[in-house]
Amino acid sequence: MTTFNVNGRAVTVAAEPDKPLLWVLREDLGLTGTKFGCGMALCGACTVHVDGSPVRSCVTPLAAARGKRVTTIEGLPRGDRLHPLQEAFIEQDVPQCGYCQSGQVMSAAALLAKQRNPSDADIEAAMSGNICRCGTYQRIRAAIKQAAARMGKGA
Amino acid sequence: MAPRPSRREFLRTAAISGGILLGFRLPALAQTTGTAGRTAAGAAGAGDFAPNAFIRISRQNVVTILVNKAEMGQGITTSLPMLIAEELEVDLTKVRVVAAPVNAAYAHPQFGMQFTGGSMSIASEWDRLRRAGATAREMLLTAAADTWKVDRATLRAENGRVLGPGGRSLAYGQLVDKARTVPVPQDVALKDPSQFKIIGKPTRRLDSRAKVTGKATFGLDATVPGMLVALVARPPVFGGAVKQIAADRARAVRGVKHVVQVPSGVAVVADSFWAAKKGRDALEIEWESGPASAVDTDTLRAEYARLAQTPGARVSRTGDAEAALGTAAKRVSAEYDMPYLAHAPMEPLNCLVSLAPDRCQIWTGTQFQTVDQANAARAAGLKPEQVEINTLFLGGGFGRRATPSSDFIVEAVHVAKAAGAPVKTIWTREDDLRGGYYRPMWNSALSAGLDAAGKPVAWKHTIVGQSVTEGTPFAGATIKDGVDQTSVEGAAELPYTVPAIAVDLHSPKSVVPVLWWRSVGHTHTGFVVESFMDELAQAAGKDPYQFRRELLTGHPRHLGVLELAAQRAGWGTPPPVGQARGIAVHSSFGSWCAQVAEVSLSGNAIRVHRVVCAIDCGRAVNPETIRAQMEGGIVFGLSAALYGQITLKQGRVQQSNFHDYPVLRMDAMPKVEVHIVPSTENPSGIGEPGTPLMAAALCNALFALTGRRIRSLPLVRHGFESA
Repeated sequence: MTTFNVNGRAVTVAAEPDKPLLWVLREDLGLTGTKFGCGMALCGACTVHVDGSPVRSCVTPLAAARGKRVTTIEGLPRGDRLHPLQEAFIEQDVPQCGYCQSGQVMSAAALLAKQRNPSDADIEAAMSGNICRCGTYQRIRAAIKQAAARMGKGA
Repeated sequence: MAPRPSRREFLRTAAISGGILLGFRLPALAQTTGTAGRTAAGAAGAGDFAPNAFIRISRQNVVTILVNKAEMGQGITTSLPMLIAEELEVDLTKVRVVAAPVNAAYAHPQFGMQFTGGSMSIASEWDRLRRAGATAREMLLTAAADTWKVDRATLRAENGRVLGPGGRSLAYGQLVDKARTVPVPQDVALKDPSQFKIIGKPTRRLDSRAKVTGKATFGLDATVPGMLVALVARPPVFGGAVKQIAADRARAVRGVKHVVQVPSGVAVVADSFWAAKKGRDALEIEWESGPASAVDTDTLRAEYARLAQTPGARVSRTGDAEAALGTAAKRVSAEYDMPYLAHAPMEPLNCLVSLAPDRCQIWTGTQFQTVDQANAARAAGLKPEQVEINTLFLGGGFGRRATPSSDFIVEAVHVAKAAGAPVKTIWTREDDLRGGYYRPMWNSALSAGLDAAGKPVAWKHTIVGQSVTEGTPFAGATIKDGVDQTSVEGAAELPYTVPAIAVDLHSPKSVVPVLWWRSVGHTHTGFVVESFMDELAQAAGKDPYQFRRELLTGHPRHLGVLELAAQRAGWGTPPPVGQARGIAVHSSFGSWCAQVAEVSLSGNAIRVHRVVCAIDCGRAVNPETIRAQMEGGIVFGLSAALYGQITLKQGRVQQSNFHDYPVLRMDAMPKVEVHIVPSTENPSGIGEPGTPLMAAALCNALFALTGRRIRSLPLVRHGFESA
C-alpha cells in the first residue's frame, strides 16, 4: 500500500511500488487526463507536479510518490475556475489533437509558479521537453505569455 | 480513497451507443438518446426533432450536431458544426457535438464510405451540412407558421428561435413536436455568402476546454467494466511469424491473465498496462523471420537509384522530352531521395474491443470507420452491422489511423476474442515506430533542359517508390495502367510552362508496410519539384521567385500565393544578417500554398527563423483553423526535413522512440506567419497542403546561404543538426 496526496486528497493504492505513477493515476485512480506518449521521459505528455515540480510520471515509480503531493491536470483549476494558463490556451486556440496538452499545461504551470515573467529563453528551456506533434508551439508560447501577464496583474 | 471523477464521467459517456459524446458537454445525451446503438443513424431521443442524420433538437432546446468526421486536431468538430449553425441559425457555442456512429448516412457523398482524410472534409460537407441546417430551419419555420397561423414569409429564424410578427417568439425546443410532423422539404435555399454570420469568422475551437482540462476522451482513455489491457509482441521483422513461445515467466507476472497467440503476434493480457508490459518483457519468443530479414534501407536506396535511371510505367507525356533534352542549350540533372517516415502521432495506437456472440463494440480513434467496421466484422466472425464503432478523439492521425487493413483494430478484435473478455490493446511508442505503415522511401531522377534564354524546354522525371494502395481495396480507384496516382500527385503535371514533359514511375514491392502520411504523394513531389525548380533557376541565372513567376502564366492561384508569400516575406529585400531565404509553391488537395523560409547556419546547426506561408483554400470557413493547420503542417514538414527517417538493417527497424526519431520541439520552432488569400471559390483542403513545401523552402534557403544543394533528406544525414 502506498499513500500519497493527489490533487489535495489523500489516496492509498495497492499497486506495485515499481508501477509508474502515470499508470497508477490513469488505471488505479481513474485520472486519465495525464497521457502516455513515450514511456521514456522524452515527450512530456505525462507531466504532473510532485511537490510542485514538474516530473515525467511515466518514469516515476509509485514508490517515489509515497508521502508526496501530486498535482495532475484535473487538480489544476481552483474549483470551477480554470488556471489562467488553461484560459490562455483556450483564448489562443492552442490545442489541435489535444493529446499533449495536459502535459504542456502542467509544464507551463510549473514554470509560471517559479517565474512570474519568463523570457522566451525561459519558456523554451521549460517547454522543450514537451512534444506537440500537431505543432502548436507558437500558440503555446503566446498563451504562456498571456497567462503570465494576467497573473502578474493578479487576475 | 481515490478520486475517480474521470472514470465515472467516461462510463456515463460510454453508455451512449448511438454516438459518443466528444466530451465538450456534460453527457446528458446519454439520457436522451437511449442505448439502442445499432439503430438508425445517430439515434434520436424520444421526442427529438431529427430532420436528418446530422441534427437533433430536443424539447429541452438542446441542439446536437453529429459530426461524421474524426477529430484529430484539424478542428473539424468546430468547422463542420459552423456549417450547420450558419444555416440553422443557432449559437455555435451552445451546440453539443457528438461523434456520429458508423452509418451509410455519414459516408462521403461520392466515395460511399465514412472516413476522414485527403483534406476533403470541408469540401465534401460544404453543401450537405449547410443544406442539413437550412432544411431543419425551414421545418422549424413551417412549424411556427402553423402554430401561429400566420404567413410563413413573415417569420425569421434567429439565435435558436423563430421570431414572428408582433414580437412573437418561440424557441426551437418549443417547436420540435410540430416540426417532427412537417414534411422534409426537398429543395431549400442556402444563404447568400454576404449573409454569413459564422462562416468566414475566426472562431475558437469548441473542444479546447475539454482538451486543456484533461477531460477530452481519447481512445487510450476508454474503459468498460471488466476490461483487461493487452500488449502484443510483434515479429521483429515484417512478415515474421512465431516459431516457439516460452510464456511461463510472462504468466508468472502478477496481474497477467492470459498469454495468447494472435495472427499478428503474441498478446499478453493483464489487469493493467504495467502488468502487460512486464509480462511482455518476460516473454521468450523464437521468431521465424523469412526473407524480410534481408531488408536494408541502404541497399534499397541504391537499388532505387539504379531503377530511377531506367524507364518505368508512363505517368505523363507532353511533347518529346528526350528530343528536347538532346537539343537544349543547357542540361541539368539531379537525383533526390527521401526515407521511410513514421507518422508518430502523440497518442500511440490503441483499441478497446468488447465482444458478445452477436455484437462487437469498439472504442478507438480512427479515420476509417467503414473499412474498420468491415475488417473488424471479418475478424470477429460477425456482420458489419453488428460492429459498433465509437470514434473518440484521435491523439493525432496524420494517416496512420486510416489503415486499409485496419491493422490495430483487427488485432484488438483477435486479442479480445482470444482472451474472452473486453480488452484494450495498447501500443507502446516503440511498437508504434517499429510497426510499419510508413511513408514510402522515394527516389527521383530528374533532367531538364534550358534554352539559351534560360527558359525550360524539357523536363524528365522518373519516380521510384512503393505504392501505398496496391493490394488494398483502393487500388482499383487509384492505380491505372500501372501508375498509382497517389505516388505521382504533384509531379505528374507541372504548373510551370515547360513544352516537353516525361514522367515515369517504378513501384517496387516490399514487405515493409507503407501508408499515406500527411499530404501523401505530395510529401515527396513537393520537395523534389520545388527543389529542382530552384536548381533550374540557378542554372538560368535567375532569381528563384522571378523564375517561377514567369513560368506560372495561366495559373493565377499559384501566382496568387507565390506573390503574396514573397511580398509578405520581403522577397527582394536583404534578409536579416546571416540568414537567407528560400521559396516554394505547390498545389495539393485542391488548395494552393507558398512558403518562404528564413534560415541561418551556425557551424552545422540549422535554424529556421521565420516561415511566411500564403494559402488559397477557397472560401475560408474558419480562418483560425486554417492558420493553425498551416502552422501544424509546417512543423510536420520541418520535423521530417530535419530529422525524420526510419531505417532498416537486417530487416529490423533501427529507430524506437523520440530519442532516435526526433521531432521538432519548441526550441526549434520558427515564427510562422500565415496569410490567407481572400476567395469566393468553394472551400478546399487545409490539413495537408502546408506540409509538402517546408523541406523545399528550407533546402532552397540553405542553398542560397551556402551554395550547397541538399537532395537527400533528412538533413541530419548530411551532418546538419537543429539549432
